[in-house]
Amino acid sequence: MVADAAEGAAHRAIELAARSSYGRLVAVLSARSHDLAAAEDALSDAFAAALAQWPVAGVPASPEAWLVSTARRRLADGRRRASVRESAADDLAYVATLLQRSDAISDAATGPFPDRRLGLMFACAHPAVDASVRTPLMLQVVLGLDAGNVASAFLESPSSMAQRLVRAKRKLRDAGIPFAVPEREELPPRLTAVLEAIYAAFSAGWDAVTGGDVGSGAMSHADLADEAIWLGPLVVDALPVEPEAKGLLALMLYCHARRDARTGADGAYRPLAHQDPARWSMALIGEAEAALAAAARQLQPGRFQLEAAIQSAHLAPAFGRPADWGAVVALYDTLLAYAPTVGALVGRAAALAEAFGAAAGLDACDALAEGVVQGYQPWWALRAHLLARLGRHEEARPAYERAAGLTRSVAVRAYLLGVRDRARITP
Amino acid sequence: MKYAILVYETPSELAAREDPARVGPYWAAYTAYAQALSAAGVSVGGAGLQPPGMATTVRLRGGQQQVQDGPFADTKELLGGLFLIDVADLDAALVWAARCPAAATGSVEVRPQLPPPPGVVA
Repeated sequence: MVADAAEGAAHRAIELAARSSYGRLVAVLSARSHDLAAAEDALSDAFAAALAQWPVAGVPASPEAWLVSTARRRLADGRRRASVRESAADDLAYVATLLQRSDAISDAATGPFPDRRLGLMFACAHPAVDASVRTPLMLQVVLGLDAGNVASAFLESPSSMAQRLVRAKRKLRDAGIPFAVPEREELPPRLTAVLEAIYAAFSAGWDAVTGGDVGSGAMSHADLADEAIWLGPLVVDALPVEPEAKGLLALMLYCHARRDARTGADGAYRPLAHQDPARWSMALIGEAEAALAAAARQLQPGRFQLEAAIQSAHLAPAFGRPADWGAVVALYDTLLAYAPTVGALVGRAAALAEAFGAAAGLDACDALAEGVVQGYQPWWALRAHLLARLGRHEEARPAYERAAGLTRSVAVRAYLLGVRDRARITP
Repeated sequence: MKYAILVYETPSELAAREDPARVGPYWAAYTAYAQALSAAGVSVGGAGLQPPGMATTVRLRGGQQQVQDGPFADTKELLGGLFLIDVADLDAALVWAARCPAAATGSVEVRPQLPPPPGVVA
């Protein structure tokens, strides 16, 4: 088991390095033309050539330089593949195994080119690009994920996702959108768009973890959370003066730290309050704390830092102390000033219930506009929970059922229906 | 737009209907789903179906009618029922499809309703 895990981790590292190469190479190849589709096609050709030549001739001393010069020749030729590929995903995996054999991976990890991926990310999240396609675009061109996987993660039909990606790439090529980190005064709002796109990718993966999507041929969405986390340090390292980048990284690490604790040994869903802190990753919590502390020293609070601080407060049991719910309410109040989302409003109601009792939480729940919360699963789950705590089981049961009907997760559905059945018994 | 959400279940899932240990959670999941559809005001119809073993198939071939038990096609996923919903667009229909219990075990097919043929007054 240990050897398997180590091997898995090694393979993962290689694949990440290959993905890192992919984004770096796309960024280099599209830097002047802004033509992502052409850059991806040329890179795809170069990968195909590598697959044919490297096993025979050996992996070149600098694989990235070889791939770039091959791709540039294709670009100069203006030659296009007869069959347009949706992605280089299969090639990436194979090239990764070749790199592994050649020890050239250390070179691939640093690379012979300046890293232009951050500029590419800013282009993908440009205000001129439709907000709903920014994250998918970033996942495809920076990480080399194929359109099918991206579409699945965002619950969209693969053909319409592919069309939207093509349209966005055409706009990037033709509309003069810069492939660069914006100037100082423009940076904050533009950086927010980049961070939001990364967080959207992470959330799509996070939600799916309890969804029971076990190994099909496609990439599991849980991996998407890994990919997104990996984009975090890229932004942090490139923009060390931006505390929100650190805040986002901390937020993702805190969530990731308790990923495995969300299901028990029997596979049943466990809400945060019933998780075993011993199953939280102290290493990841430590990394998150360090990132958040570094952000806090810069004295510019923001949405992601606040969300990270809220996560941090929830993890107090890991250090053997109870969570300070009054402080969590205050953090939510501040967060709402930055980002008045329905998620934050429901989170605040939950914290109020812990700090001041279930009735206070329920009042806050019921104060939210019906149109906003009607189809929002966490609202129904919280409301059911609070009604049950107040002994109002007749009202709690349909609320549990509604929450169960609105979830995609097998484990969460089974949990909610189980609690509903137990709510028949008056304590 | 109206869409049919076609619920394809595995033989094991369908068998849960007859299994005393699993029948409770099985119907609880579908009831919760149907309730959520109707509470959201998107439900416009639907039906659960008895398993394919209860089906009878009719064909007319060369003027002869053929009536057969089944189908007994050896498929991994069997049509267990359908929901008809009325939602804004395909994206909304896919969100509901992903919430259907069969999505995690079998599969859920979303099909837009065919508009009436030309000349037909609805």
